[in-house]
Amino acid sequence: MRPLLAAINFRELLRPLGQLLLFSIGSTLVLSAIVLVLSLCLEQTAVGQHLHSRLSVSLYTYTLVNLPQVVIDGLTIGFVYAAIALGYTMVYGVLEFINFAHSEIFAVGAFVGVEILIALDKTGILRSASLGMAYAYLILAIVMGMAAAGALAVAVERIAYRPLRGAPRLVPLISAIGVSFLLQDVIRLTEGLTTGQFNRIMPTFGNFDRRLNMGRIALGDTSIALGISVKSIIVISAAVLMLVGLNYLVNATRIGKAIRAVAQDRPTASLMGINVNRIISLTFLVGGLLGGAAGVLYALKFTRIDPFVGFFPGLKAFTAAVLGGIGNLTGALLGGIVLGMLETFAGAYLGVFTMGAAGSEYKDIFAFSILILVLIFRPQGLMGNNVGQKA
Amino acid sequence: MSESIAKRFQDKLDHGVWPYLSVLVHIGLGTALVYIYPRSNLAFLVLISSLFSLYAFKTDRRFQLVAGALLALLIIPVIGVRNIFYLEVIFQISVFAALALGLNIVVGFAGLLDLGYVAFYAVGAYLWAFFGSQQYYVLPFAPGSQPSGLPFLLPGDAFYLFLFIAIIVAALTGILLGLPVLRLRGDYLAIVTLGFGEVIRVLANNLDKPLNITNGPQGITPIQRPTMPEWAVDSFNGLFGPLIGHPVSPADMYNLLFYLLALLVIMVIIRVTRRLDDSKIGRAWTAIREDETAAIAMGIPLVRMKLAAFAVGASFAGVMGVLLAASRTFISPESFSFMQSIGVLSMVILGGTGSIPGVILGAAVVTILNLQVLQGFSLYLSELRQSEAIIPLINFAWKDLSTQLDPAKYQRLLFGLILILMMIFRPKGLIPAQRRRRRLVADPTANK
Repeated sequence: MRPLLAAINFRELLRPLGQLLLFSIGSTLVLSAIVLVLSLCLEQTAVGQHLHSRLSVSLYTYTLVNLPQVVIDGLTIGFVYAAIALGYTMVYGVLEFINFAHSEIFAVGAFVGVEILIALDKTGILRSASLGMAYAYLILAIVMGMAAAGALAVAVERIAYRPLRGAPRLVPLISAIGVSFLLQDVIRLTEGLTTGQFNRIMPTFGNFDRRLNMGRIALGDTSIALGISVKSIIVISAAVLMLVGLNYLVNATRIGKAIRAVAQDRPTASLMGINVNRIISLTFLVGGLLGGAAGVLYALKFTRIDPFVGFFPGLKAFTAAVLGGIGNLTGALLGGIVLGMLETFAGAYLGVFTMGAAGSEYKDIFAFSILILVLIFRPQGLMGNNVGQKA
Repeated sequence: MSESIAKRFQDKLDHGVWPYLSVLVHIGLGTALVYIYPRSNLAFLVLISSLFSLYAFKTDRRFQLVAGALLALLIIPVIGVRNIFYLEVIFQISVFAALALGLNIVVGFAGLLDLGYVAFYAVGAYLWAFFGSQQYYVLPFAPGSQPSGLPFLLPGDAFYLFLFIAIIVAALTGILLGLPVLRLRGDYLAIVTLGFGEVIRVLANNLDKPLNITNGPQGITPIQRPTMPEWAVDSFNGLFGPLIGHPVSPADMYNLLFYLLALLVIMVIIRVTRRLDDSKIGRAWTAIREDETAAIAMGIPLVRMKLAAFAVGASFAGVMGVLLAASRTFISPESFSFMQSIGVLSMVILGGTGSIPGVILGAAVVTILNLQVLQGFSLYLSELRQSEAIIPLINFAWKDLSTQLDPAKYQRLLFGLILILMMIFRPKGLIPAQRRRRRLVADPTANK
């Protein structure tokens, strides 16, 4: 037992946990401070009066009372983004290539997971399952989703990217866009032929939809229930597990060392006896596994999926990766959390602060604006090193 | 031995009267086929491909011009009015050819991958949709709640003016969008332009409040068309009536008008593109595409040249947007999705980036695949579904086939396949650009 324990690098296990905690708390504090200051500033203006006439509550109280729920929601979606962003960042780190099809790998993971659960649901064992079995089935779905997505990612790399290695930058990118479009319709085709429906609904089972209530907060005439649903907790903890696992794989194992070596200098790595092709496949596999798991978690959280489900989460996760500094694992975590938080904050407060002129429908634009701003002012991202222009 | 026969055959086709004869036979055959079988897709393909043989055979330039004009101004209008679906296909080909030529400037000449190209198309379309409809007077009303009988802001003939205004507005939009992002590296630029494209679409979807500018997801309708004078319909009927066999309605004449306008725009675009390609700006674009760092070292003003590419590409799309808004009399944000951008990109990639004939061929092929082949396949499947036929080996009855399977809706599959296969097997496209061919072929006589 002792040598086994000694072989585990605990520092690498604890470090990402600390980082995640730090990033979550940090972004919560910063964003909360911003909206609270904004609400104080707007209190006396027409915005405050508008809200007061509608809900008879001051803008500041409204903001404050809603805050905990917004933070919880933001963290949940932030962790999902982080898990997808890791796939982008891993591939980018090794190949300097935006794997545009990653969003569809995510979607395939989601579909495989959901289809398995639907199939189980039809046989009836899902409804009669005990709590423990319910979790076991969920884990089964996640694992199958991961396996499918991982296998697909490796296959895509082998077929569509490997022949183009060494071509000008835009060539594999265009191929990746093609793969992304192709996969969307392949999902649609498969679903159309087998089930005849494109929109799949995650079956409800276990206690995932229950909300753990943490009390109510009075808000003027009404009151707001504060709570977190079980599935949010599952999403967050599964994402944390994956993030820690990936961090360990990359930073504390032999394979991780090989991955980092290939990322740093491919020809030299191959001179050192590293099988570069295998490492690149492995990178896609790991990215695909994470993406697939994130897909099932996403389906669990948002219930409804369709063949184009990957597009927006994929783009946002890419934004998150760029925001954190693409190619940098810690950066992807930070970017995912910050982006998820920002988006949820925008969705929750934009409507109130602009008196309904620009509501949550603009939250997708929000992510793009952040992407553009980051790329203009800090192209290396929050945590990246300046890589300079590589043609 | 067989190779030498083929070569001799090819030689023969390139000299003397043979190329002229082949082209004329092709055109004549296509015309006759379409005239006899007005509903046959295959006949239509024969006719359309005669444009390609006009390009491919080595004939005199004057002959090409005359034959092209004959085909475009006489044969296609007559054939098109006889079966209005053909005219629609040709109009769509022209619209997409213009878009592809515009994107070709950005992607093919300057080497900047723009994934949000339809944004400029949308700008042009919404420009005329706003000024050419009642939308100005609808501003204070929520979508669907406006009173009836509102006046139009501008007369329909202002459409011609807006063709020019759209050039300026779209070019300015291109510059505006380009300014912040053009310093970025190629792959980042692609994603950011994608983002911009989505931003424009989301804006079009949501700018129905606080002021109702775009009428939200319902889109703007009716959009005015330029007036069609009575005498134009009459004289067309007088001239071609016997050939067509039935009197032409003003609605058909509008289709014809927009086809001719699109043709005119394409002619201008081709001319501009050609001149630009050979100009100092074109050389600068090529330099930037081939090696950005070296281009800077040569003293090429990088950002200004990239902006020029963005502006020129955008202005082409803007003009086509105005044309589309007027011809459809209705536009909605649906028409300007990311898929459209990728569709145009796949035309450019299929035909050959940087190659003008290639891009037009790409637009034609993708549009025909889209409108005729996929939809023909859909029709065929639905016929099979109604029949009692059974797939023999697996014993599967066609009528059990899911109704969701509608090949006409699988454009993404088509675009995706085109992009992947072209990138892997023929990255330079079906008709590679001249300048690239010059470098690849050692023989200096290969280009004239």
